[in-house]
Amino acid sequence: MEKYRFLEHTADAKFQAYGATLEEAFAHAALATVTLMWDWKKIENKIERKVDVEGKDLKQLLASFLEEILYLLDSKNFLTGVAEKISVKQAGNRYMLKALFKGDIFSDKYKIYGEVKAITYNEMKIEDRNGFMVQVVVDL
Amino acid sequence: MELKKINEYTWEIPKTGEMRVPALIYTSSRLLDDVKHDRTLQQARNVACLPGIQKAAYVMPDAHQGYGFPIGGVAAFDMDNGIISPGGVGYDINCGVRLLRTDYSERDVHEKRKQLLAEIFREVPAGVGKGGITRLSRNVLLEVCTKGAEWAVENGYGTGDDLLRTEENGRMKAADSNCLSSRAIERGIPQLGTLGAGNHFLEIQKVSEIYDDRAAGAFGIHSRDQILVMIHCGSRGLGHQVASDYIRFMENEFGTGGLPDRELIYAPIRSPLGQRYYKTMSAAVNFAFANRQMIAHWVRQVFKKVLGKAEGMDQIYDVCHNVAKFEKHRINGELKEVCIHRKGATRSFGPGREEIPAVYRSVGQPVIIPGSMGTASYILVGTSEAEKISFGSTAHGAGRVMSRHEARRRFRGEKIKQELERKGIELMSTSWRGVAEEASGAYKDVDEVVRISHEAGIGKMVAKVVPIGVMKG
Repeated sequence: MEKYRFLEHTADAKFQAYGATLEEAFAHAALATVTLMWDWKKIENKIERKVDVEGKDLKQLLASFLEEILYLLDSKNFLTGVAEKISVKQAGNRYMLKALFKGDIFSDKYKIYGEVKAITYNEMKIEDRNGFMVQVVVDL
Repeated sequence: MELKKINEYTWEIPKTGEMRVPALIYTSSRLLDDVKHDRTLQQARNVACLPGIQKAAYVMPDAHQGYGFPIGGVAAFDMDNGIISPGGVGYDINCGVRLLRTDYSERDVHEKRKQLLAEIFREVPAGVGKGGITRLSRNVLLEVCTKGAEWAVENGYGTGDDLLRTEENGRMKAADSNCLSSRAIERGIPQLGTLGAGNHFLEIQKVSEIYDDRAAGAFGIHSRDQILVMIHCGSRGLGHQVASDYIRFMENEFGTGGLPDRELIYAPIRSPLGQRYYKTMSAAVNFAFANRQMIAHWVRQVFKKVLGKAEGMDQIYDVCHNVAKFEKHRINGELKEVCIHRKGATRSFGPGREEIPAVYRSVGQPVIIPGSMGTASYILVGTSEAEKISFGSTAHGAGRVMSRHEARRRFRGEKIKQELERKGIELMSTSWRGVAEEASGAYKDVDEVVRISHEAGIGKMVAKVVPIGVMKG
């Protein structure tokens, strides 16, 4: 199955990511986000970062989860290669996500070709139709 | 949606339904088609529905669809029952432009322009993953965000005269660095003094036309072929994080129900959260002022090293393109303080405003409008007319019309570099792909954007400049 697909967007980037489960769709959304900046297939996944985020609904959870990639890049020079072990739980009206990012610290062996400024709610969709689809527009 | 033509350069979306005011679009029949094809007009209409909005929701000539508010959007809100919205400022808080003049002419630098550009490229960190020169402590970062460009000058980057020639004198006094989240601080620490990537750039330019001798003279622009330097960048990850943080805080406090677009989330200006956003946004604004102040200093050092002297490299001005602030404007004959949002728009104050540096007060505020990579940029002057019809605001750039993906399909970075070289423009970039994405063909015609501003009266043309050296992040 296709992991993600980019759609036309004038000023920024819009993608859909797919998965048999919500968690898998989220993991693929992380790859799509990363693809705008570097080639995740070329990152040596030797360093692990725990991700622990919350949201008041699934959209906020997705935004917070993807934002973690930007935070780790800017503050730790960490290039995410893959998002694993994602679990999403609901407690009352809070959603919680735990995940493990694997990747490497930026060095000259890696090529970064783009910048993502922010994850937005613009046209964001999370749909369950015989498998999950999440749609995200990111600010470039 | 009904669109009523008011005159050659003004269209109106009349007040209907839940709109509290009409929306006014400054454009031409040629550029109107572009904004009709995306969500710009719908977004302007949504803004016109927000509580406390004054007079109209304004759309500048370079507008395109944004998040919540359109890019190229201007809206002012009543201080007592109005709102403040992170989506009305944008993610790149105080993305802006600084312009330096020189006493050099193209003849003086022609032989050394490659060297100049290469040295600037070495001195000014750019691209993703490239940190600033020094690893700052948390406390220093907080001081930077409190004092803005003042911090940079106190630490040897530039002069006090630069501060006088910067919007807000390079420091928004409302800033409270203690409101920054630790994530914003952590993202800011490695990035102070960096150009960034995307549409950010640094250009060595030459004056190609002067339209208004008096204003140009006041700005220190005297002749064709005079060399200028333009720096376009913002608050980097720190500002992006502030926007994301406050969208989340406001959603959690006020909920998302009833909004046509989640990114329109807002807080009442007088509410504790609204006040806190204003103070935090101001801290991010200051980070960006300090950032451009440092980069300008390095540019001067390079000129001194390569050409022997950097005398006469005064700052013409530094303007914000993404900001909210409290300003006094005349509404129904009365002077009133409002919370103005400019998202992808430039302040354009006419002669006499006390916010303008004394040296420019008799002509008006310099307005700097960068074009797309490798094309012309413009220097305009603010007008009293703008204060009447756009809350003292005009356009901020060219505005994208083609997706980055499509630009990559159509253009090749290496080829663009060759084409620019044939036109006498040197180009250095951290990314070929980035060069293709920023190709001038992917943008609106900046000449037309500026012409509309001039004809509509919201910013008058002073000079046109063209690049001879481009550094892209």
